Amino acid sequence: MKSQPVVKTSYKYGFHKPEASFFKTPMGLNRQVVEAISHFKNEPEWMLQFRLQALMMFEQKMLPTWGADLSGIDFDAMYYYISPSEKKFTDWGDVPADIKDTYDKIGIPQAEQKYLAGVGAQYDSEVVYHNLKKKWEDLGVIFVDTDTALTKYPDLFRQYFGTVIPVSDNKLAALNSAVWSGGSFIYIPKGVHVDIPLQAYFRINAANMGQFERTLIIADEGSYVHYVEGCTAPIYTTDSLHAAVVEIIVKKGARVRYTTIQNWSNNVYNLVTKRMLVEEEGFGEWIDGNLGAKVTMKYPSVILNGKGAKGEVLSLAFAGKGQHQDAGGKAIHLAPYTTSTITSKSVSVGGGRSSYRGMVKIINGAKGSKSFVRCDALLLDELSRSDTYPTNIVNEEDVTLGHEASVSKIGEEQLFYLMSRGLSEAAATGLIVNGFIEPIVKELPLEYAVELNRLINLSMEGSVG
Amino acid sequence: MKNQLVITDLHVQTLDGIKILNGISLTVKEGEIHAIMGPNGGGKSTFAQALMGHPGYVITEGKIMLNNIDITRLTPDLRAKHGLFLGFQYPVEIAGVNFGSFLRQAMNENIEKGGKKVSPIAFRNLLTPAAKQLGFSDEITKRFLNQGFSGGEKKKAEILQLELLKPSFAVLDEPDSGLDVDALRYIGKSINGLDHKTGLILITHYQRILHYIKPQFVHIVVKGKIVKSGDESLAKTIEEKGYEGFSS
Repeated sequence: MKSQPVVKTSYKYGFHKPEASFFKTPMGLNRQVVEAISHFKNEPEWMLQFRLQALMMFEQKMLPTWGADLSGIDFDAMYYYISPSEKKFTDWGDVPADIKDTYDKIGIPQAEQKYLAGVGAQYDSEVVYHNLKKKWEDLGVIFVDTDTALTKYPDLFRQYFGTVIPVSDNKLAALNSAVWSGGSFIYIPKGVHVDIPLQAYFRINAANMGQFERTLIIADEGSYVHYVEGCTAPIYTTDSLHAAVVEIIVKKGARVRYTTIQNWSNNVYNLVTKRMLVEEEGFGEWIDGNLGAKVTMKYPSVILNGKGAKGEVLSLAFAGKGQHQDAGGKAIHLAPYTTSTITSKSVSVGGGRSSYRGMVKIINGAKGSKSFVRCDALLLDELSRSDTYPTNIVNEEDVTLGHEASVSKIGEEQLFYLMSRGLSEAAATGLIVNGFIEPIVKELPLEYAVELNRLINLSMEGSVG
Repeated sequence: MKNQLVITDLHVQTLDGIKILNGISLTVKEGEIHAIMGPNGGGKSTFAQALMGHPGYVITEGKIMLNNIDITRLTPDLRAKHGLFLGFQYPVEIAGVNFGSFLRQAMNENIEKGGKKVSPIAFRNLLTPAAKQLGFSDEITKRFLNQGFSGGEKKKAEILQLELLKPSFAVLDEPDSGLDVDALRYIGKSINGLDHKTGLILITHYQRILHYIKPQFVHIVVKGKIVKSGDESLAKTIEEKGYEGFSS
């Protein structure tokens, strides 16, 4: 295969806005900043009003105090918009050695390494991408970045944007609504099955790796799509806050699976609001893996809004030194015969802390609904910590509700057994950890599963023995 | 000495100081089979676990030399790399760990640096006949390590690992307990058919397995000591008269 040039100077296809001129809002957030963002992007009036209303909500609302410690976030010391073309790239020399080392060990090509570390421009996969894009377009699939969607598909956009997660939902969602930029917009027409996962990966560029991404997916009746975002390799960024919003609408009989693997560097607060609205006989699935970041608060939700709707949340958290992964899932049953499953697996090591936080709500009238929650925690040492905060609100008698939770430590007998076969303590621990998370990893696309596996073995080498 | 497992005056106690082995000495040469018999609670299993380096036991006196290398203080993985194997009496279940990939990883761990790793195809070619001889189907490699295995399958899976890992010495801790006649025959056949000259220490309660595997030496362990050693006829004596005549 002939190698492609790594850095392209212009985009023939896709999402980048080559004409964008330099623009950066001043530090901090106020009405002028929001107006400037909207103006720069040439947005319609309604979007400006939407942003301003969200800003008001952001200013009124308090940060959540029931979860992880967020006191380290300084909203006044951030830039809320930098135009993509002028996004400052990090100097390769400034990228921490341990991150470079990880790239090498999990076998990421040099060109891609630079991209992941925020050095230089895009990782080139446009040739592959172009062919797929053509195929999707022929089916009527829309897959563009969210800014483009607002311009190109204004009616469709306005019909659904902000309907699943209103600006008033929470402080971070309000912040995102006020200053959002980038993210993906996807529309799958009725009855269309997209057989290859749509990957944000194909169009990754600095613009879309934004701090305040906004993703909106609409799966029309009887359609199917699997969307994959993120990456197992660590993403180095100097931004300290990632506050994204993901809204998904699953129409009657449709199915959407949304897979995320995030591995932000350890300076990032990763506070993301993700919610799916699932209509009659629809099926919505979240697969959410959180490896990096300093603090993660993320509880992907399914709102089961039609008879027979199904929702599933698979949450995987890996908390290492200095990390707090506060993750879980929510299922809201609003209609009869709806079913939900929440499965959470967490691994804590080196003093890391992971919390499962979840909610199941079944309203009066959601007859015959079923929900099952299972959360398992694995602690690798005495320093690490795991907590479980489940909430069940059930206002209907005719329901089936199950909850199982376990906390375990690496068993001495398991270690001895594996070591007696010649595996080092680190290799044996890695095997046990990988076995523990296998039920979730097997649902990931293969390349993610393989990388995750290597990554876990790598982190065991550092923490054991 | 090369090609020998030499255990000298081994004293072992638990972490809370309970003495279990009180000076066991035993030399096993390449290709030899030594049966260790004795009543319950005599220290047979502790002997096996201590040889492999179980962290719950402390060797207070004595020495274990494996192919001229002192392994007395080594961690279990290093003992394995020097050629020792333990067939567990109760193999532990490990969820989510694929039996086949674990076994291939273990084989590759034991290949010296720079040696050729076992490819998935080469692994399959080695595994299939060995598994078949034990009455397993290839399915075994797709299952999780010991998870959901029947008692017999667990014991047979230990022997399968022994066959593929080709250690120079192996301790088999009651490979016969809980087995039906068919499983016992499979195990006997596989051990007799090993294509490498593994020296075996076979720990057993019953003479039954010795119909299939013929030891050159039989040792009786009572209260943490070898109280009598002999040839195969010693096992017959025990079958007839029990352990009562033996004491430390």
